[in-house]
Amino acid sequence: MADLLRVENLAKRFGGIVATDDLVLNIPEGELHAVIGPNGAGKTTLIAQLSGQLTPDSGRIHFAGSDITAEPMYARSALGLARSFQITSLFLDLSVLDNVALAVQARAGHSFHFWHNARREPELRDPARTALARVGLSARADLPASALSHGEHRQLELAMALASRPRMLLLDEPMAGLGPEESARMVTMLRELKKELTILLVEHDMEAVFALADRITVLVYGRVIASGKPEDIRNNAQVRDAYLGEQEAVHA
Amino acid sequence: MSGWLSVRAIAIVALLLALVLLPVHVELGGSRFLLTLFTRIIILALAAVSLNLILGYGGMMSFGHAAYLGIGGYAVGILAHEGVFTGFIQWPVALAASALFALVIGALSLRTRGVYFIMITLAFAQMAYYVVAGLARYGGDDGLTIYKRSQFIAPIDLSNKVQFYYICLALLFGSMYLVRRIVNSRFGLAIQGARSNDTRMRAIGFPTYRYKLVCFVIAGTLCGLSGALIANHTDFVSPAMMYWTRSGDLIIMVVLGGMGSTFGPLVGAVALLVLEEVLSSITEYWQIILGPLLLLVVLFARGGIDGLLGKVRHG
Ligand SMILES: Nc1ncnc2c1ncn2[C@@H]1O[C@H](COP(=O)(O)OP(=O)(O)OP(=O)(O)O)[C@@H](O)[C@H]1O
Ligand SMILES: [Mg+2]
Repeated sequence: MADLLRVENLAKRFGGIVATDDLVLNIPEGELHAVIGPNGAGKTTLIAQLSGQLTPDSGRIHFAGSDITAEPMYARSALGLARSFQITSLFLDLSVLDNVALAVQARAGHSFHFWHNARREPELRDPARTALARVGLSARADLPASALSHGEHRQLELAMALASRPRMLLLDEPMAGLGPEESARMVTMLRELKKELTILLVEHDMEAVFALADRITVLVYGRVIASGKPEDIRNNAQVRDAYLGEQEAVHA
Repeated sequence: MSGWLSVRAIAIVALLLALVLLPVHVELGGSRFLLTLFTRIIILALAAVSLNLILGYGGMMSFGHAAYLGIGGYAVGILAHEGVFTGFIQWPVALAASALFALVIGALSLRTRGVYFIMITLAFAQMAYYVVAGLARYGGDDGLTIYKRSQFIAPIDLSNKVQFYYICLALLFGSMYLVRRIVNSRFGLAIQGARSNDTRMRAIGFPTYRYKLVCFVIAGTLCGLSGALIANHTDFVSPAMMYWTRSGDLIIMVVLGGMGSTFGPLVGAVALLVLEEVLSSITEYWQIILGPLLLLVVLFARGGIDGLLGKVRHG
């Protein structure tokens, strides 16, 4: 299968800190690729560069065959690259349904329509309701987003990413702060999504990572120290030393 | 709280009725002064409605909105001074000049955020103020008297006070309707999304800068209309109408009445200007009373007066 995402020799520094160090990463269409690594390894920085929020110092990013290194955030999103945020980033003062409908609207051409009531347009509202139903938030549609719990915010994040009909999802710790039950629900949801989408998953929850990932890349200090199938990563001595050792108990 | 019989609905309908019937009251022997005062209130309410579009819905804290009052006003004043009296030229020029000014200021200021945005809009408005004050041919600091109001076709006569009042009121209602349509449209939701979380908007594929810029231009244009009306109302334009404290007044009207509400700016304009009128007739230190009053509203009624009346915010 052709690679949907190709990252060549990406590098990013913040002053003296090397957050991304000559990073190479290829993700074929349809793969769920997990990126793991200790705190501060540069996972969020990587996602920020892929989504266009940060500009790399050097290196190139190709998505769906075109070089997007210099493309702004909104253009990448228009190409089908959607991102969810590690720290929940929603439209808190808008309704839950409005949040998702905006994501639909983003993909429905330009928004220079000044007259018709957008809250009554089925082309926007119906797909938004469908996305909410998929993450199990239908009953909360009309509440302001600020009224939802943390776990529901994570679900809403996912609904928004889905509603933009992306080809690839960049998920930054979708399980962060979720209880065991909510995490389990999220894993089920991601397993469904992985059938239709290419996913880059950054996650600290190793149980979830090993349950979902087709391949795993391990980052330490911005460098790839290992990349491969879950079994290989699990048995990689360097990875154990650097990272997995402390969490052995979780998935032994 | 919602529904037709809420306190808020009754209060708003009463206010609208009072505005519509005010000239009748004056004709029946009421004070002429009321008509003058309320014409002014209505015109400034229109300016506040335009500011509410960018401030209340768009979250753009422009501190230079009065510049458009001056630009719209001076477009009418300068053209009249040069012998062009027809409103069919004066008014489009007033709107176009305001739009252009908004385009330039917006293009520069919308690249910045927070305090910088406030300072840049303020700086540009003050620049416009000094430019106008330097126009010796058009009265400079002293301002410019307008000897003839904008001319339109036959039945329309702006020097008829009652007619002028109703024209202003119709334009106000029209603008409120327009803004309401805009904020509920796709464009309006994009603007509100950008207010709520600009980064996220860009992440899901909205070039927010363009939307905000267009919104900024619409608001400036609408405020330019208010400027053209003021010029006709006072038969006089001066740099003072674009001084930064006037921009502050407009912000107060919006915040006092209720940001991001259809009727908020109107309620705020009426409240502020009537209060100012009443208090200043009681004591010359009226601002000492007005200040704390405003503080109370800002501190305890985040949604302004309209919020106190029970407006349910959903956007
Ligand atoms: N804007 C910034 N300015 C300076 N340093 C930064 C910035 N963003 C990240 N860093 C630094 O870059 C390194 C990588 O940070 P990043 O947030 O990408 O790590 P992470 O792998 O996502 O960590 P976590 O697991 O805690 O989310 C860290 O040392 C961090 O302190
Ligand atoms: Mg992170």
